[in-house]
Amino acid sequence: MINIMLSAALVLFGVAILISLYRIIIGPSLPDRVIALDMIGVHLVSAIAIISVLFHTTAFLEVILILAILSFISTIAFSKYIERGVIIERKHDS
Amino acid sequence: MKINNVILKTVTKVVIYIILTLAVYLFLAGHNSPGGGFIGGLVLSTAFVLLFIVYDIETIQKALPFDFKKVAALGAFLAVGTGFGSFVFDVPFLTQAFGYFNLPFFGEVELTTVTIFELGVALVVVGVVVTIILSISEDV
Repeated sequence: MINIMLSAALVLFGVAILISLYRIIIGPSLPDRVIALDMIGVHLVSAIAIISVLFHTTAFLEVILILAILSFISTIAFSKYIERGVIIERKHDS
Repeated sequence: MKINNVILKTVTKVVIYIILTLAVYLFLAGHNSPGGGFIGGLVLSTAFVLLFIVYDIETIQKALPFDFKKVAALGAFLAVGTGFGSFVFDVPFLTQAFGYFNLPFFGEVELTTVTIFELGVALVVVGVVVTIILSISEDV
């Protein structure tokens, strides 16, 4: 019973990722695509948690943390590129 | 236009300690569970890249006065040095040893020389990744 529920949750996460992918493909502006990429990262984190419950292992828990950190940093890099046009500045102009 | 991204800077000051702790945990856990020198070095360089993105290069290089090319060279020296250290004991190249020691706080711990090799790998990864990122960002 619990396996069926976990599999259904995985399928629902797959549907959510597909919807985000649709937003990435047709998104009219760049910030739409960045938000959709961040959403895919969050859904992947949740899907990995459910997969690690389904496989009865704790070996994937580091993957969750690392994926969350990478999603955070890539979103910040994209946002800074959209805002400033440069990701790493030589000298702060303030 | 002057931009004051105080939320980003405050969040970074908290998050950077979590990332550094995760990097050290991944480095030390590599013997018995997923992790190791390579992924520990990658997470560590991720923390440095986050600092370089949120602040600027000159501020961070004043706070962290490393030459990252020399860090990579030191890592390669450590990794090769553990290999040559096995010649002292008249055993083949890169032979690793381990032993059980009683440390005062941790109790009985297994200490290996593979840890030094993995430290070399982690330093090489950090040096190479940060050098690549800084070299790409030069031309602005």
